[in-house]
Amino acid sequence: MLDALDKKIITVLQEDFPLVPEPYRELAAQIGIREEELLARIEKYRKSGELRRVGAVLRHREVGYAANALCAWRVSPARLEAVAAVMTASPAVTHCYSRMAQENWPYNFYIMLHGHTREECRALAAGLAQQAEASDYVMLFSTREWKKTSMRYFVEEEQHD
Amino acid sequence: MLTDFDKRLLNVIQKEIPLAARPFAVVAERLNSDEAYVLERLRWLRSQGFIRRMGPFFDSARLGYSGTLVAVEVEPASLAEVAERINLYPGVTHNYEREGPYNLWFALLSPNAEALDRILREVALLPGVRRLVNLPAQRKFKVNVQFTLE
Repeated sequence: MLDALDKKIITVLQEDFPLVPEPYRELAAQIGIREEELLARIEKYRKSGELRRVGAVLRHREVGYAANALCAWRVSPARLEAVAAVMTASPAVTHCYSRMAQENWPYNFYIMLHGHTREECRALAAGLAQQAEASDYVMLFSTREWKKTSMRYFVEEEQHD
Repeated sequence: MLTDFDKRLLNVIQKEIPLAARPFAVVAERLNSDEAYVLERLRWLRSQGFIRRMGPFFDSARLGYSGTLVAVEVEPASLAEVAERINLYPGVTHNYEREGPYNLWFALLSPNAEALDRILREVALLPGVRRLVNLPAQRKFKVNVQFTLE
């Protein structure tokens, strides 16, 4: 379970990462703890799975990955694992989820596919379809980005307190 | 324009900011560079918008948040207004206009299921929204947003 200090640490860590020689010292000072304690807590989050990674996320369009498609597939429940194994192995696939299909939308398996061009995305999807033996899919190319941001956890809670 | 060094730096820094007292000195060593130059390039790459965010990325489900993907069919004339209304919810992290019968797709995170349902009811009632499909995640197989630059 996360305690009050964990939530404070996570709230501070979601702000701009300081680009200085000793960033964790600066962050620890903002939180009001020692640097060693902060590093130990971050390591703990990583081991327990709350933290996926500490790193940079790029703006994909700016670095040349201009095309992205949400690909929705129909996969029989018995084949989900096998199909997911193929899809997740591809570096072009950034997100992969199974979801509940709905009455007016029958697709139950989703990947986000990134490429430099639409043609590249189409070829990647066709290759994955063949390799995973899952041929029933639609590609939903994005035509406009209205919002793309990182979640800020525990901020709402704070405001309501 | 990105230099070859910038690309190598971005490839490395996407994977990891080391958990060390001098993390950028560790990165510099991996690139046969020095700490001051790595910091200078990172500041530039961030200010120019190549880097969207640096720091820790948490697993939303492990922090107790539930998430869903929502497909919305919006009358084309109302699309901008509906997209902007949806963006106002802090739990909306992605909102993209897409081709296909549902022309607006957004990802929504919420600390509790009731808040999530309330937001979906509100969105369904926005002027111009014809219908909405809620696609809650069942299993997460992969989330890893990294791009190799060559």
